[in-house]
Amino acid sequence: MLRKIRIFIATLFFISITALLLDFTGVLHQWLGWTAKIQLIPAILSLNVAITVALLLATFIFGRVYCSTVCPLGIMQDIVSNLSGRRKGKRNRFSFTKEKRWLRYGVALLFVIMLVTGLTWVAALIEPYSAYGRMVNSLLSPLYLWANNLLAYIAERADSYAFYSVDVWLRSAAAVAVSAVTFITVSLLAWRGGRTWCNTVCPVGTLLGAVSRYSLLRPTIDSSKCAGCRLCERSCKSSCINIEDKSIDYSRCVACMDCIDKCKRGAIEYKYAGFGAAKENATDKSRRSFLAVSGAMVGSSLMAQEGKIVDGGLAAIEEKKIPKRSTPVVPAGAGSLASFTQHCTSCQLCVSKCPNDVLRPSQNIERLMQPEMSFERGFCRPACNQCSQVCPNGAIKPIEKAMKSAIKVGTAVWVADNCIAYSDGVRCGNCARHCPNGAIKMVECKDKPGGARIPVVDAERCLGCGACEYVCPSRPFSAIFVEGIEEHRTI
Amino acid sequence: MDKEKKGIGRRSFLKRLGAGAAVAASFSVTGCSNDVQKRYIAEGEGGEVPTDKMEYRTNPSGDKVSLLGYGMMRLPTIADEEGNQVINQQRVNELVDYAIAHGVNYFDTAPVYCKGASEKATGIALSRHPRSSYYIATKLSNSRGNHSLQFGIDMFNNSLSELQVDYVDYLLLHSVGSHEAYYNRFVNNGLLDYLLEQKKNGRIRNLGWSFHGSKEFFDFMLDEAGVAWDFVQIQMNYVDWERGNPTAEYMYNRLTEKKIPVIIMEPLLGGSLATMNYQAMALLKEREPQKSVASWAFRFVGSFDNVLTALSGMTYMEHLQDNIRTYAPLDRLDDEEFKVLSDVAKRKMEFSDIGCTGCQYCMPCPYGLDIPSIFRHYNRCLNEGAMPQNELDSDYREQRRNFLIGLDRTVPRMRQADKCVGCHQCQPHCPQKIKIAREMQRIDKFVQKIREDGLI
Repeated sequence: MLRKIRIFIATLFFISITALLLDFTGVLHQWLGWTAKIQLIPAILSLNVAITVALLLATFIFGRVYCSTVCPLGIMQDIVSNLSGRRKGKRNRFSFTKEKRWLRYGVALLFVIMLVTGLTWVAALIEPYSAYGRMVNSLLSPLYLWANNLLAYIAERADSYAFYSVDVWLRSAAAVAVSAVTFITVSLLAWRGGRTWCNTVCPVGTLLGAVSRYSLLRPTIDSSKCAGCRLCERSCKSSCINIEDKSIDYSRCVACMDCIDKCKRGAIEYKYAGFGAAKENATDKSRRSFLAVSGAMVGSSLMAQEGKIVDGGLAAIEEKKIPKRSTPVVPAGAGSLASFTQHCTSCQLCVSKCPNDVLRPSQNIERLMQPEMSFERGFCRPACNQCSQVCPNGAIKPIEKAMKSAIKVGTAVWVADNCIAYSDGVRCGNCARHCPNGAIKMVECKDKPGGARIPVVDAERCLGCGACEYVCPSRPFSAIFVEGIEEHRTI
Repeated sequence: MDKEKKGIGRRSFLKRLGAGAAVAASFSVTGCSNDVQKRYIAEGEGGEVPTDKMEYRTNPSGDKVSLLGYGMMRLPTIADEEGNQVINQQRVNELVDYAIAHGVNYFDTAPVYCKGASEKATGIALSRHPRSSYYIATKLSNSRGNHSLQFGIDMFNNSLSELQVDYVDYLLLHSVGSHEAYYNRFVNNGLLDYLLEQKKNGRIRNLGWSFHGSKEFFDFMLDEAGVAWDFVQIQMNYVDWERGNPTAEYMYNRLTEKKIPVIIMEPLLGGSLATMNYQAMALLKEREPQKSVASWAFRFVGSFDNVLTALSGMTYMEHLQDNIRTYAPLDRLDDEEFKVLSDVAKRKMEFSDIGCTGCQYCMPCPYGLDIPSIFRHYNRCLNEGAMPQNELDSDYREQRRNFLIGLDRTVPRMRQADKCVGCHQCQPHCPQKIKIAREMQRIDKFVQKIREDGLI
């Protein structure tokens, strides 16, 4: 029964959070946004004391139920492990192993050091929720969007507006590669050894394990009933049941309740076990080698699907290239680049929500996979605050729509040589026409006789929304582009 | 395909035209059953498509021209192996065969139509019929490119070879509109003299011009140009009848008084008189529930006696069938019906849709915009009363969503109105005198406003 409840809750969570990560329409987060916000590391990073305490308390009372029901990466491993167990003769393929404590705490310590020193993106590589977010965003989302586009294609022919087509494009090859490696590694470990990842690498598992070692409610083996058949041990995906000692390593037990259902004699019960750590097991019968993290770099062929319906009557359009920005532009709500870099675990939730195709994972090694803004496909609309609404880490803090249009995140810079108004004398002014804040004015150019009118930027009024960069007719590089600023400010 | 040809061959469509024998020979496969004919009848929404009831008009030179003329500007296309849209020659042949079988004998093309592919396709389709069974009209489209005599002569000779003919029945100075352009293109370089010479030696049977310009210049062409024009092609329909300067009414009356036959272009105003807002449509459907909205526009121009032929760019068989039905035979409008159309025109103008006929003359836009498609989407929403206008309207959200999704479906984002830089290069090419850049920026402003208004 407890197992069934666990599976039921896990399924709900897993579907919800996956849907949240896939949804591009921006409606789902109103109902499901909380599933990301109750993830442990995001809660800690966003200094959400209430959720952090609640999660630790829940673990202290119930054990690591978080790992079994809330953590999407944990549930994903359960699914892989379950599939693996369906193979003939592999149903009960586990056996007890000794805890690799030095590895667990070593990794966890490194994780903390990375977070504190601002190398959040490195820490984020093993942060479970973000790792799952990246996989969904980089690997699953294209399939989801293509399926959506197929429906949109059908809808269009049926004269329906129920579905609309969206661009599927490669935002960052690095993010796809990292996600693929993560997926292969985690899946491989889960295929072979169930929850190996959670009990050796995962910092959340280590932290919660340290608490659950002393949890009040735990599965407990009744030695008087136990016949030593080892069915529970062989079915334990955490490899934490030692039947020789009739003991369970509660720091690794994820409270999945499988063993309770398995035991034919009813020898295992989930019950109050008093305060204090359970007795450590002494023997180590590890037959597993741990961690063979040899990341097979999987190149991605998820090419951006550009709308190339080139009729003879239409001029060919060269694709825009990303300009080199000396300071990256990060969303309003980040406060500053430093704070953003510190807090963001690159879960890609904001990336999948960005309705204007502005956000994408960074390729820069200092902020690898942390989102940054660029304006080849759209610009950051002043009234849109989607990313700030969904960010679970506090990397992008919630901002009101009204506030958004007053926050400066960058400054537009004009590149004379690219500008058709300057070099070709074309009457343009498209940047000035589209500036939502009226920060660009067209003025007469003194060094070009003949009345060429060129754009000038009022840096104090410019928000850095990128509208000018997006609509600039100059290709492949826009003649006006946004430079980020270190500290965002209200104007 | 064979079946259809048999169907046509079976019928006595040639009685009307003396020159039919050879055509009959080319379709002489006989002996097919009545089923084929029945299928044709079933195909059309409005019943039978007569083969022998076409209205003909005779011009002073004795040509008996079908009131329905086939405009070869919007020919059906198909994707080739590389995915490019090319003319679907097989469909063109079918359409032309069907048109000829049902009495249409006037075909209007130009060197620039269909990105330059129209004349050739027209030539291929028509060369399968005897030369005496059709009249062919083409144009001297030298408004772009250079204005030398040789360029004009080459263009004319090329037309003859593309069309696979030794002479053209109707040659038009393509889209004349101002003194300056007229003199540059035809007079100063001696091209007009060359054309008049060709008329003498029979390579051109009728010489005229198509017009998009000012009233003063129109009068000049009639009164002072010093050429006895055989015909003039003007834009006329029940909306333009009282609109513009000059109005279609003015032009028609002046030409009639000069006894110059009139050829009508844009009788449907680029298709916009085939689909209109519901209020306007209701006015027409109340009177003739069975007839298409488009048929009214054709009956309108057909009701004027001095109209030699009305051109329609028919891409689809249904349109061809519908138009044949309208003119075979012609049911002239009575006074009351004229009044109804005048009402419809007024209602249509209240909805200030953009008078784009989709002729593509403005294209390609150097900045990649798909100008006609943007206008088409805008007009469609306007005419369907589906414009998201007021946020307080109960259906605002839905209309907004549909407008934006529909826009993205019609025009890729990179080709939408926000990419218009206002260079005005398109401006001189628009025969409808639409202030393209201004309209683009107006549409853009509207789109930006509603896009800003939340998610899709």
